[in-house]
Amino acid sequence: MSDNKNDTSSGLSFQQPSAIDLEKRKFLITATAATGAVGAAAMAVPFVGSMLPSERAKAAGAPVEVDISKIEPGSMMTAEWRGQPVWIIHRTDEMIAKLDHHADQLSDPSMDVPQQPDYCKNKGRAINANYAVMLGVCTHLGCSPNPNFAITADWDGGFVCPCHGSKFDLSGRVFKGSPAPTNLVVPPHQYLTETTLLIGVDGKTEA
Amino acid sequence: MADKKIAGVGGVMASLVDWVDARFPLTSNIKNHLTEYYAPKNFNFWYFFGSLALLVLVMQIVTGIFLTMHYKPDALQAFASVEYIMRDVFGGNIIRYMHSTGASMFFVVVYLHMFRGVIYGSYRNPRELIWLFGVGIFLVLMGEAFFGYLLPWGQMSYWGAQVIVNLFSTIPFIGPDLSEWLRGDYLISDATLNRFFAFHVIALPMVLLGLVAVHILALHEVGSNNPDGVEIKEKKDKKTGIPLDGIPFHPYYTVKDLVGVVVFLMVFAAIVFFAPEMGGYFLEANNFVPANPMVTPNHIAPVWYFTQYYSILRAVPPIGISQFPGVVAMGLSVVVFAFLPWLDRSPVKSIRYRGTLYKRWLAAFVVSFFVLGYLGTVPSNVWGTFSAETPLVGGMDYAKLVAQIFTVVYFLFFILMPWYTKKDKTKPVPERVTY
Repeated sequence: MSDNKNDTSSGLSFQQPSAIDLEKRKFLITATAATGAVGAAAMAVPFVGSMLPSERAKAAGAPVEVDISKIEPGSMMTAEWRGQPVWIIHRTDEMIAKLDHHADQLSDPSMDVPQQPDYCKNKGRAINANYAVMLGVCTHLGCSPNPNFAITADWDGGFVCPCHGSKFDLSGRVFKGSPAPTNLVVPPHQYLTETTLLIGVDGKTEA
Repeated sequence: MADKKIAGVGGVMASLVDWVDARFPLTSNIKNHLTEYYAPKNFNFWYFFGSLALLVLVMQIVTGIFLTMHYKPDALQAFASVEYIMRDVFGGNIIRYMHSTGASMFFVVVYLHMFRGVIYGSYRNPRELIWLFGVGIFLVLMGEAFFGYLLPWGQMSYWGAQVIVNLFSTIPFIGPDLSEWLRGDYLISDATLNRFFAFHVIALPMVLLGLVAVHILALHEVGSNNPDGVEIKEKKDKKTGIPLDGIPFHPYYTVKDLVGVVVFLMVFAAIVFFAPEMGGYFLEANNFVPANPMVTPNHIAPVWYFTQYYSILRAVPPIGISQFPGVVAMGLSVVVFAFLPWLDRSPVKSIRYRGTLYKRWLAAFVVSFFVLGYLGTVPSNVWGTFSAETPLVGGMDYAKLVAQIFTVVYFLFFILMPWYTKKDKTKPVPERVTY
């Protein structure tokens, strides 16, 4: 009913401020926005955090015991540790001898990148040279390479990744020219007996 | 008697519409977006794909809702629940094949829709925002396709997700933690499947619908481009203010689009009924094997609509031990489309008035898109390998070198665009649309 254009007093007794304090208004707006932003950031914590691995997932990484007595020389078996394949390769003496044969074709023959526990930083990347233990997960994008143990003139036996063609030798060392940047991971492990392997703990390093 | 009855019903309808209009802008919206939205009268074949994309979106939402009634997002049950849908649910196989075919056809339609925008310069001023919203839709669609592909929990689902999530772990410093956060576990697992389900069925579809809405609102604000790339709003009828070359979207283009819909549905139905796997391009054979974290299939490749970018990923060599350059190149090959409005410096919009220089570059781009797309579906040693003695490329696969060459062409199309569009000899643009 009333058009407020000229109606400055509106009949009420509120005191009109003499001038609008723009500085104060700006401060209040900034303070409100900043407080709101802090609140929003705090609120985001449980949501973002809920996507992290849960306590159950963290607890699922228990070590596994593997009986290696049944692996024929020149063949391998796959164990499961933390949901990932772990290869145990029973290498013959010929296979071990061939490991020296291609050192010049490897990306990291001296194993400078710590992809293995210190006690496996040796030629065979193993505690017992006859048994190589490594994670069967390509260091490129996580596929599982396929074994190809047939020794030919230019292949000393090893693994080829089906996804992007990375090549590894029987110690899991990566060949030059592969998309995979590093050698395969040797997980911490220890021998409980001559033929029983415990994968995941070694009593020395924390897995 | 009969006439009087119709008049009576009509009268009730009219007063009902009046009642609604007083409370909600019904009639004005119908006018603004349909009956009085004036589109250029020279639309051709290429203009079917926008409305077809909308149709496929609706089909994906409807079939998706019905699939979730039977699907179980659980690593132990997911694969079996999809087989259950296929074998035991009445009509389940048709609904599922509609959804899987719809995914591929969505990309067919969207790629053609984008190509239309490129050849007629529809991304140019004043339509940059329409294009940017469109690029957003494309990115979200890629996310939808990726998350959805994990859900059947087959071998290809599993290893595809494994590779893509690991792409994030190549980002320097934060990478490994980031990919662990995305997976919610140390490997692709039940936790990953469960959250991908959430993204696929609720999070991304909501974003997608919002982006589609702003895409269309922005379009209706500035008006549609056309195959001549001339602005119809510059020549208006003096009395009515209606563009001389404009016709109302409804009924003219609704009817025209219906013809496109009928043809599209014929093709769609033929695929659903006779070739839902499309020879392994729409549904890959390995995905009929349940996911097995212990064994990677012998050949893994993404579905056809991602293979261009996958080829680029494989083609870029690592720097030192870092795979990050390939991942960056792959990301750029998708995001680069967003820069088109500012890369194109041609005085004309439509390919009809461009010179041969531009057409050659466009042809080179189309060829590299298809070659990279093909190479992404096959192992990189498909054509053999250079012998180790060859200088420079010794030990490299032939196909990898070809992919590298076409990756360079792909990017040069964009990088050199400011130069060759400026230098190109263009033809005069007509005042009014031609047809």
